[in-house]
Amino acid sequence: MRTKVTALGLAGTLALAACGSSAEPQGGPVTLRMTIWTGNEAHLKLFGDIAAAYRKTHPDVTVKYDTLPVETYTTTLTTQIAGGNTPDLAWIFENSAPDFVGSGALVPLDTLVKPEELAPSTTRLWQKDGALYAYPFSTSPFGVFVNTDLLKKAGQSVPAKGWTWEEAVKIASAVQEKTGKAGLVVRDFDYKGWDNLAAVWGGWGAEAWSEDGRTCGFDKPEMIEAMGFLHKAIFTGKAMPAPGTTADFFAGEAGMTITQISRASLLQDGAFGWDLVTLPTGPKGAYSVIGQAGIGVLKKSRNAEAAADFLAFFTNPENSAKLAQYFPPPRQPLLTADSLAKSNPLLKPEQLQDVVVDGIAAGRVKPSHTGQAELSQAVRAGLDQLWQPDADVATVMKGVCAAIQPMLAK
Amino acid sequence: MALSVTRRAGWWTARRRDHLLGYLFIGPQLAGSLLFVFLPLGLVLTYSLNEWNVLADTFTFVGADNYRRLLNDPNMASVLTATGLFSVGLVVLNLALALLLAVLLNQRLRGTTVFRTLFFSPVVVSLVAWTIVWGFLLQNNGGINAILAAAGIEGPNWLRSGSWATVSVIVVQVFKNVGLNMVLFLAALQGVPKDLYEAARLDGASAWTRFRRITLPMISPTVLLTSIITVAGSLQVFAQIAVLTQGGPGTSTTVLVYYLYQQAFQFHHFGYGATLSVLLFVIVLALTLLQWRMRRRWVFHEA
Repeated sequence: MRTKVTALGLAGTLALAACGSSAEPQGGPVTLRMTIWTGNEAHLKLFGDIAAAYRKTHPDVTVKYDTLPVETYTTTLTTQIAGGNTPDLAWIFENSAPDFVGSGALVPLDTLVKPEELAPSTTRLWQKDGALYAYPFSTSPFGVFVNTDLLKKAGQSVPAKGWTWEEAVKIASAVQEKTGKAGLVVRDFDYKGWDNLAAVWGGWGAEAWSEDGRTCGFDKPEMIEAMGFLHKAIFTGKAMPAPGTTADFFAGEAGMTITQISRASLLQDGAFGWDLVTLPTGPKGAYSVIGQAGIGVLKKSRNAEAAADFLAFFTNPENSAKLAQYFPPPRQPLLTADSLAKSNPLLKPEQLQDVVVDGIAAGRVKPSHTGQAELSQAVRAGLDQLWQPDADVATVMKGVCAAIQPMLAK
Repeated sequence: MALSVTRRAGWWTARRRDHLLGYLFIGPQLAGSLLFVFLPLGLVLTYSLNEWNVLADTFTFVGADNYRRLLNDPNMASVLTATGLFSVGLVVLNLALALLLAVLLNQRLRGTTVFRTLFFSPVVVSLVAWTIVWGFLLQNNGGINAILAAAGIEGPNWLRSGSWATVSVIVVQVFKNVGLNMVLFLAALQGVPKDLYEAARLDGASAWTRFRRITLPMISPTVLLTSIITVAGSLQVFAQIAVLTQGGPGTSTTVLVYYLYQQAFQFHHFGYGATLSVLLFVIVLALTLLQWRMRRRWVFHEA
């Protein structure tokens, strides 16, 4: 009995000791840890290959990729940092970019290879005082994937570049009515991830807040018009699944979906015919929206220098070209339909040109702001009232601004 | 035994030996409590007096600022209302259902063991798995509304309309844990002496009177136990809310424990999150003490 108790006590002490030590001493062999949110085997294999190539010239550096669940990625990352278990490198979503870049949590990246190649539209979010704090390794424009089989069944013709939102809703309603499947799904929105709606309201020239981030945009006329249109499409036109109803385009449950082109990999099974088109035009004409992800080196890392050196290798032109098959690169020489076509066999050159190349050049990044999580929560809570059939759009939108304006003005 | 007798000389007495043995037995539990209860409690108190910016890596003493913020927090009214509604609903439904099931399953009928197992089984199911499955069932186009539709009833949008969301989370939680209270009640019911019922029946007492006058007083110590556990538990329901509603729609299911999670882990206000958990601690402590004090009023044997 006593030995058992002692053994238990020992095990507990060991477990605690293991929690305490996280970083290796400097000098000698170094293990770099990069937190990522993809668990995709093909992605991990490519990252592993890049790390193995780096090891050839840096035999004492090992890189460990640590996949964190995507839904709670930022929360897990910051909790790790708070707990003293800081990764050396981390992927960062565009919505937490202002927090990470602005707070000084990252070290400036001044050893990148050929930084002049980076497209200005892709680096804006990651810069402060002229320095770049994260490498925008994935710049993924929003487009519309179309299930051509379902559209045919509903007697609708497949849309093409230049189509309008009116047409989009008409097609979606018809799909819903004739096939019983969902019409158009804004992926990852699900009446919570409202920042994905930027891919809709962009057509009206609306924005969540002003460029300087100090004025709320939800109660502006163009936003009220855009949200009114969306509300009607959901509750009157039945063009989009109602709140609490799920439909997965990639499982063949919807006629169309608005999402980032990096999701094209979900199509590989070839279960149905599909096409990719640009976002429909709104009253303000054509527009494009991009989602971004950056990789930064954490200041609290004990191996920050080694980490920055690996990052420079990971993102050099040669490796960027390899990464481009999954993550649209920020390097301008790679951003041509021809070079992208090499690594994206699923997409046709004109799709790559219209959606990816033009999209990145002209795209607005999804809304992001310092303290985004708190703002996002307040907007979500306010918008919940909009997702009722009898909601008064203008009143709800005024309420959203009343809730977030004090936070924006801070 | 024999060994220690020969060693009795000097300070190593049987008394000392017994003490040491006692400490050894409570040692692991004590160490665990110190490390995982009292130390974190102390740290939380410290954090609540500081503002901790994780990203900028700053830790500044702010005194009572977080407590002042708590008093002026415009969200507090809605958070406390949601917490109160949620706890009252959960405790009442849980205890009532557990007692009802226990009384029904206390009959000497064929098959009661099967039903007892059936009602208890959710207790051992993984909480998150249980909640995720219920999340699918409660979707607008989910299983429950499909069954209702088959019966010609148009079900509400369970997780998306304000009051239904609270009800849904409460019911999911009650179904998960009612089995535990049911078992406790069952054990108590079986401890009630049969001759009391017999005497009452001879006196012509109705079933309700027997329940009211004999059963309830006799099992009141268990009612006290279950209500303390359930009240404290109801204030800590987190996973269900995180999985089913994330505090919505609006803020209707943002209860205190979820709000403190949001503040600390999502908004990175660790100091304020710690302050909110101090508040939660005080509330749970106060309610438990209150119930403990009240026991003299209504628990049989305690008067």
